[in-house]
Amino acid sequence: MSLPFYVSPEQIIRDKADFARKGIARGRSVVVCQCTEGILFVAENPSRALHKVSEIHDRVGFAAVGRYNEFENLRVAGIRFADLRGYAYDRADVTGRSLANVYAQALGTVFTDNVKPYEVEIVVAEVGPTAAADEIYRLTFDGSVADEQSFVVIGGTAEDIAAALRQQWTEPVSRTRTLQLAVAAIAEGSEDHVAPAADTLEVALLDRTRAGRRFRRLERAAVAALLG
Amino acid sequence: MLTGADPPLVPDRRQASFVELLHQQAPYLALGERARLADATPHGTTIVAVVHPGGATMVGDRTATLGTVIAQRDMRKVFPADEYSAIGVAGSAGIALDLVALLQVELQHFEKIEGTTLSVPGKANRLAGLLRSNLALAMQGLGVVPLLAAYDPAAQRGRVFSYDIAGGRYEEHEHYAVGSGSLFARGSLKKLYRPDLTAEQAQQVALRALVDAADDDTATGGPDQRRGIFPTVATVAAEGYRELPDDEIARLLDESGPPTGPGR
Repeated sequence: MSLPFYVSPEQIIRDKADFARKGIARGRSVVVCQCTEGILFVAENPSRALHKVSEIHDRVGFAAVGRYNEFENLRVAGIRFADLRGYAYDRADVTGRSLANVYAQALGTVFTDNVKPYEVEIVVAEVGPTAAADEIYRLTFDGSVADEQSFVVIGGTAEDIAAALRQQWTEPVSRTRTLQLAVAAIAEGSEDHVAPAADTLEVALLDRTRAGRRFRRLERAAVAALLG
Repeated sequence: MLTGADPPLVPDRRQASFVELLHQQAPYLALGERARLADATPHGTTIVAVVHPGGATMVGDRTATLGTVIAQRDMRKVFPADEYSAIGVAGSAGIALDLVALLQVELQHFEKIEGTTLSVPGKANRLAGLLRSNLALAMQGLGVVPLLAAYDPAAQRGRVFSYDIAGGRYEEHEHYAVGSGSLFARGSLKKLYRPDLTAEQAQQVALRALVDAADDDTATGGPDQRRGIFPTVATVAAEGYRELPDDEIARLLDESGPPTGPGR
């Protein structure tokens, strides 16, 4: 009888993490950023049908990078969780924090139990009545949660884009200015330093000035007009 | 069991319960009996809907009754179902409000997951399905009769759907009314409706039909100018769902003139 190979748990975890990171690094980036009107989502996404940014509930939005089928699963699960909770209790009881916790549990379980971890990185954002009350959570493939301030970038060239954005960042500014800053940072973070065309951007706003459902998409023509 | 061979190991506790006995022998005397259930819960009264070119208007009174008593003077019975549709409810108030909340989440849930809104017949069918699932309660007296008004972007017109408590769905091409005052409202609508009404004229017609219903039906509440409680007036059109502010409703009521009848 042959002995099975022994692989240490550390090695398994390391291999899984490397695998997931490689998958995520292949994708384009998403910037989620506070502005005076709310929280702005800017994603490089040429597809008009397959969204990277989505509404979860009245005050909660979602952004993801990585494998589409995997984050689409998470997005739908998030909407189900939020709608069930909002119906059972009250719409005000659906919070970004509770959703981030559920996602962290799900991602953590998949990472440890499944042979293949999810190759995704997601952001859960909840808009508040003021910028100080906004909450932005970044969740990685292994289920770890980070509570981010001001802005967060996920995806292939996330670090370069975040570094570029950090240089320009002072405080939440207008929606238009924030969009321009985000697009400039995406350009700086890309290999060829060329700004993405307006019709390859998926842009949405969690609008704190609205009542009820705060999430709304900005049409590509409107994005082009704002970028000037 | 008097003739049972073995004594029961677990004594049947129901034997000592008068309430259980009553349920077995005289259910019509026990709590939860049908007619009492219906009388003991608040009821919403009259909802009116009118189709006009480019949209539809729905008007609802604000009264909920408990038998012959006013349970609530300022209850809302017309709501946005989503951005392009309005739902009005008559019947058992608690169930009706739950039905509205459920339809709102249902439509929004579909929209978020699929990334597109349901078609208008799709919305109307979902509401029929929800009603059908309430059939058991409806048979016990807790029935709800909703009215759905929606702007159909595909057909570029307003559409109105009426329902029965079993979930039967019927499209109304001109106007309709449900609730206790609906007979009077329908009579009024028949005389005032024209197919070429503007949105404002349709609001006027629907309001007058509701005032007529309140005039002759004791359960329907008319405009309560002293308290500042007005009917809800909602219009769906290409611009979406919109409710009229109270001052506009007051103006429309003033323009429709005083009611006829004795006392003047």
